[in-house]
Amino acid sequence: MKLAIKRILFLVVVIGIWQAIYLLNIFPAVVLPGPFIVFQSLYSGFLDGSLLVALGASFKHLLIGMSLALIIGTILGVLLGKSRQADETAGMYLIALQSIPSIVWVPLSLMLFGFTEFAVIFVVVLGGTFVMALNVRSAIHNVPPQLVRAARTMGTKGTELFFRVEIPASIPYYMTGVRLAWAFSWRALMAGELLSNGPGLGYSLQFASDFAKMEQVIGIIIIIGVIGAVVDQLVFSKLEKNVLKRWGLLKS
Amino acid sequence: MLNLNNVGKTYTDQNQGRFEVFSGIDLTIEENQFVSILGPSGCGKSTLLSMVAGLESVSEGAISLEGNDINQPGPDRGMVFQEPSLFPWLNVQENVLYPIKKRLPKKEAEERVNHFLKMVHLSKFKNHYTYELSGGMQQRVAIARALAMDPKVLLMDEPFGALDEQTRHIMHDELTKIWHETKKTILFVTHSIQEAIKLSDRVVVMGTRPGRIIADFDINVSRPRRRDDAKVIELENQVMDLLKDEINKVLKEELDHEASH
Ligand SMILES: Nc1ncnc2c1ncn2[C@@H]1O[C@H](COP(=O)(O)OP(=O)(O)OP(=O)(O)O)[C@@H](O)[C@H]1O
Ligand SMILES: [Mg+2]
Repeated sequence: MKLAIKRILFLVVVIGIWQAIYLLNIFPAVVLPGPFIVFQSLYSGFLDGSLLVALGASFKHLLIGMSLALIIGTILGVLLGKSRQADETAGMYLIALQSIPSIVWVPLSLMLFGFTEFAVIFVVVLGGTFVMALNVRSAIHNVPPQLVRAARTMGTKGTELFFRVEIPASIPYYMTGVRLAWAFSWRALMAGELLSNGPGLGYSLQFASDFAKMEQVIGIIIIIGVIGAVVDQLVFSKLEKNVLKRWGLLKS
Repeated sequence: MLNLNNVGKTYTDQNQGRFEVFSGIDLTIEENQFVSILGPSGCGKSTLLSMVAGLESVSEGAISLEGNDINQPGPDRGMVFQEPSLFPWLNVQENVLYPIKKRLPKKEAEERVNHFLKMVHLSKFKNHYTYELSGGMQQRVAIARALAMDPKVLLMDEPFGALDEQTRHIMHDELTKIWHETKKTILFVTHSIQEAIKLSDRVVVMGTRPGRIIADFDINVSRPRRRDDAKVIELENQVMDLLKDEINKVLKEELDHEASH
């Protein structure tokens, strides 16, 4: 509870500083609106539904893109994790692909698929797939050999070993992969939507910026940050922590 | 009857070439016998046990159980490892069920699980997960899991090595009781001379470089055994002297090796 109070106080201070900068007119009011104007614009955006439509579109892109990324990433990761051949041949390139920032894919995607929603989804897929694949690969490489030996003494082998031991033993790393895939997909989504023809949160941001509606720009930036943090904290970090605890990997 | 006939193990390594862990191991273990293997670190005790389990290949000689050659794991041999090896995604009950889940009808399997959980005094914890158990409890679950397969031979690799003295004594008494109840043949690897003599019918002492059997003691002392029993003390000293020579030999070799580099 004390932590919550500290965090709220901190936020109040930050908003106070923002308000002070606004009142001192350090930047022109058109460039940096004050916090109350921003919250007002957020409020009216939710009230007239325009932000909800944008959010809905963004979540649709994210859901489809991330699901594809998880599926493809898992398949690639299992392939690389199980086959030495595949890992030696392609593993290095996967790390190279993973290090490419999502925004770099946007022009390519737009050329390939035009100004469609699928172009945005494609960027999200690329954003999440590689990090997922790398983590699934680690997950399989990190199955404790001790558990495999124990299972073998109990007559488990072959595909049964894969399904009854290797998969469940990989779940902690797998969950880390899912959390990171979420983080990367979310970033990729915004990159993709910024350059798209909408609808979507990123598109609304670009639109507001084009018409110099800075209170909307800042409002949307806040929404993007809040969603990123809330989903991570309430869904993925929690899930990951529970798994790590059950698997005895969390020293408390 | 478990039979090791002139068994040897050699690892071949790309960089260091061939490394012979031990050779010429001859051992015959009767049904329901409790045999401990003692020896300095690195003499190949774990390797030998893994070979009996069928996890490691046999480089020379042959291992057989009741006349059948061993070259892979089988339900006639259950193993308890030194490292924790329970499945953390399963609870206690599911862990013990694991080896028999696909081989027995559901009801029979569950009855067997309950039976062995009772034997290791963990019935109350059957819905707990491994992270909620102490080290001693985890090893008890591992013992129940190995017993659930109803193996002929129970292989135990320093199962109590990581436990504190107090818990270890409790585990000794439990294991002795389980052994009486289940009539298993037990092959038990340990570092501790006291542990070996307290528990076993027979103590096999291994030497190292090259790995081999250097002594085989019958422990003709009635149970329960007391540490201050004259016969126990005499045996302990005998084994201690043997091992001291072996350990000194290892130390001397290592010092010579350092000096020559
Ligand atoms: N996979 C392997 N490849 C090469 N050498 C190995 C391998 N496994 C074990 N060894 C070697 O075999 C020897 C015996 O190892 P092992 O683990 O059986 O010893 P141990 O008697 O069980 O020792 P400890 O009492 O310390 O557990 C060691 O010198 C070890 O380095
Ligand atoms: Mg060992």
